[in-house]
Amino acid sequence: MRRISLRIGELIAVLFVVSFGVFAMVTLMPGDPAVAILGEGHPPQDYENLRQELGLNDGLLHRYWDWLSGAVTGDLGTSLVPPQTDVTERILGALPVSVELAVLGLVIALVLAIPLAMWSAAHAGGAIDRMISATMFATLSVPSFLAGLLLIMIFANGLGWFPRAQWVRISEDIPGNLHHALLPAIVIAMMELALFTRILRNDLIVTLNEDYILAARAKGMPPWRIMVTDALRPSSFSLVTLMGISLGRLIGSTVIVEYLFALPGMGSMIVTSANQGDYPLVQGAVLIVALVYVVVNAGIDLSYGYLDPRTRRVHA
Amino acid sequence: MAGSGTAHMRAEAGPVLAVDDMVVEFPVGRHQVVHAVSGLNIDLLPGETLGILGESGCGKSSAGRAIMQEPAPTAGSVLFAGEQLTGLKSRDLRRKRSKMQMIMQDPVSSLNPRRKVRDLVAEGLRIWGFDGDDMDAAIRETLTAVGLDPDSVWDRRPHELSGGQCQRVCIARALMMNPDVLICDEPVSALDVSVQAQILNLLERTKETYDLSMIFIAHDVSVVKNISDRVMVLYLGKTCEVLPSSDMHTRSVHPYTRTLIASIPGGEELASVDDPVTGPVVVDTPLVATATELPSPLNPPSGCRFRTRCPLATELCAAEEPQLREVGAGHFVACHHVAVS
Amino acid sequence: MNERDDLVLDVRDVRTTFLTPRGPVRAVDGVSMSLRAGETLGIVGESGSGKSVLGRTVMGLVSNSPTTTITGECRIAGLDVHALKPKDRRKLWGPEVAMVFQDPMTSLNPVKRVGTHLTEALRLHLGVSRKEADERAVDLLRQVFIPEPVRRMKQYPHELSGGMRQRVVIAMALACDPKLLIADEPTTALDVTVQKQILDLLATLAADRNMATILISHDLGAVEGRTDRVAVMYAGRTVETSQTSRVFNAPVHPYAEALLASIPRIDDAPHTVLRAIDGSPPNMLNPPEGCRFAPRCRFAVDRCHQESPELRELADGTADTHLGACHFPLLPARQEVS
Repeated sequence: MRRISLRIGELIAVLFVVSFGVFAMVTLMPGDPAVAILGEGHPPQDYENLRQELGLNDGLLHRYWDWLSGAVTGDLGTSLVPPQTDVTERILGALPVSVELAVLGLVIALVLAIPLAMWSAAHAGGAIDRMISATMFATLSVPSFLAGLLLIMIFANGLGWFPRAQWVRISEDIPGNLHHALLPAIVIAMMELALFTRILRNDLIVTLNEDYILAARAKGMPPWRIMVTDALRPSSFSLVTLMGISLGRLIGSTVIVEYLFALPGMGSMIVTSANQGDYPLVQGAVLIVALVYVVVNAGIDLSYGYLDPRTRRVHA
Repeated sequence: MAGSGTAHMRAEAGPVLAVDDMVVEFPVGRHQVVHAVSGLNIDLLPGETLGILGESGCGKSSAGRAIMQEPAPTAGSVLFAGEQLTGLKSRDLRRKRSKMQMIMQDPVSSLNPRRKVRDLVAEGLRIWGFDGDDMDAAIRETLTAVGLDPDSVWDRRPHELSGGQCQRVCIARALMMNPDVLICDEPVSALDVSVQAQILNLLERTKETYDLSMIFIAHDVSVVKNISDRVMVLYLGKTCEVLPSSDMHTRSVHPYTRTLIASIPGGEELASVDDPVTGPVVVDTPLVATATELPSPLNPPSGCRFRTRCPLATELCAAEEPQLREVGAGHFVACHHVAVS
Repeated sequence: MNERDDLVLDVRDVRTTFLTPRGPVRAVDGVSMSLRAGETLGIVGESGSGKSVLGRTVMGLVSNSPTTTITGECRIAGLDVHALKPKDRRKLWGPEVAMVFQDPMTSLNPVKRVGTHLTEALRLHLGVSRKEADERAVDLLRQVFIPEPVRRMKQYPHELSGGMRQRVVIAMALACDPKLLIADEPTTALDVTVQKQILDLLATLAADRNMATILISHDLGAVEGRTDRVAVMYAGRTVETSQTSRVFNAPVHPYAEALLASIPRIDDAPHTVLRAIDGSPPNMLNPPEGCRFAPRCRFAVDRCHQESPELRELADGTADTHLGACHFPLLPARQEVS
């Protein structure tokens, strides 16, 4: 319990630093928000008034403090670009899309990677292993926009199995939502699959050489059972770490996939608002992405204790 | 025992190496400390071999390293050839220490795999700027002295040699520095049985030829007895018994030493003989192993550290730490239950 | 009934060859042995002698694969393990034959509780319920003298000391009541005071269950006094085998004799010069021609370097067998004893 509260303290400190970094960086972005709001060709005094009104003339720390005190109550300000919607609301609209895509993509990648890695590791060095590994690297080298286009051409345009360029909210229609999310999630999964398979395969090979695997074999346990109950868990450290990083990364940066499938996710929202100089939206979105990142990785750290009881701190 | 004291230290002048009340502790986590060595006193006379005997966790390797100041002990002093090593500056220390060389357990991993034998053997001297034509001759001479054929191993790398040959290279490398003291930390336990005897004989011969004093750290009672003049038995960082090696198998009286001797094949009879000092010492460890677990060095038992496994333990052992006392010529024991004659 | 039928283990001329990138390695090169219920056989040898590979081959843990070739016969319960399908071979592992490994620090899965290590084999082979498996596991822990067995069931391996872990490994091997136990260097990784306890425990358990035991070790002391018979291996071959006391008291093979003489004894005076064996065990990628010990043997003559000696009966007249693989066995020493 004490360990968890310590952990939360650490988390808050990290978030504090991250939020300041985000705020400062976005503030230093080129472009004048006043110009962004009013458009060009207004008298200089108008811009100055607006800056005053927005608090842009205050010091960085002062503005950060205002922003942060809003942020902790859930108020991330208002978008500068018409229709000047509430930032929190915009993010709450886009975040579920991105989270769903990322999670679904990772789940697909994982569901494929685990058996592939096991198969590879069990036949390490053999033909099957080499085939799997070649296929994986081929997948990895295909740019995601190309893979996405191909999938759209084949499955959406050609076979008509999947719709394209639409999004159905999960709250409206769950099967419909999955139907729409599947193809983009597959594109995301393709990017992660090769890495996941490779990392898990290598760790599994190391584990399979451990004495306790031999001991399990000597008990007469079937190979598949040894793979699942003895080898997988001690081999999954790197994979779990990688997944945590991937999840954080995917939530903010699946821009290409979002554009390709016209999905209203965080990635495209951040890019659009950054182009428009809509800094409250960028700040809010990046902050949320960072928050997800930090929380997910804290969760990953805690999961090590489950994965390996030796890392649980002993209270002597 | 597992106690302390200096009774075993000899008054006569001129030890080549003297360790005074050495303590080695390592922090673990935030609030815990491993008590690896707790108050060790050693005097090593010129030409003497001191055997340090103990099981894993007794602090014997930590003690060896601390004498070399790698890392320096937490407390206490090490006097080598008349100079305090503990206070020396880094460069002076390294120069001084080159006269004290260490042989490690795993010969293969203590040699840089990418270097050739001739460079491995020469590297110590080169660090101090010696080089030149006589160097090759010196390397050849030393390789021959450790029983290697210079021509056949000259350009080889460690992985092309057997474990025994690697250990010979390690010994040659140490000898090149013309040391006064050799500290051997389990030098034969990683070697094949048939090769152990070669290395033990070589160490013995080398000691004579090169006029060395030696500290020989090991867990094997027979090996330690074979090579040592005096034996010091350690348990959980404390000294149990110091005695001449010649009659250690019949005259040792500390319950822990007796347990060690009883553990070797055929040792049961030796260990249960009636002893002139203690009377019959029963060291037949019962099969129920509760009492035979080594306590944690994080939290060693009070009083005598061996008491949790000792068949003779009483309340006194928990309350009071036994001090080393003389029970015979050159024979010192730290145990409350050994009568002094 | 055939005489071979009551053998727990019957090994005939087994050879294990590993194909390595640098060439074939004949780790085990024509070894035969047999064991009856309750009998204990010691296999001693140095690194590279093939003793561990032999143990694993006998059991079928090392089996034919693209990189491994096994010839000869290893019969356990009358079945040739290398002729069986993998699935049928696994059925032998546990109820017929089990193994105790060298290092208890690594032979238990760090992420599995002690209890799981024991119950999974029970449930797999005996098909007992979870509750019954738990009860049996606690009983097994009790049999290997682990205090507080119920509490230990829920602990992880790292929470136990080395000696305790080796007891768990032994309990695990005994779970399905094997008729043959192969202990591969069971005490090498343990402290000397713990070694004795573990060896005594193995001996007691084997006697109680009338279980055949193979004790593989490089430590001659561990084998002496705890085995009925002993086989000395060198470079993949058996060089000498007989009753343990005969091998230890009157070895016929120069290697066995030299090995025994090279060990320091506690009752020797300090600084006794040890009788070392020159050289080191051969590189198995390229073993010597003829007798493999010849390059290190002080009695070797030309014939030894050319002609490989067969393992043959040297007991001449006595009831027990004493086999040695040497052209010039040390018979005078033998006769002194007999």
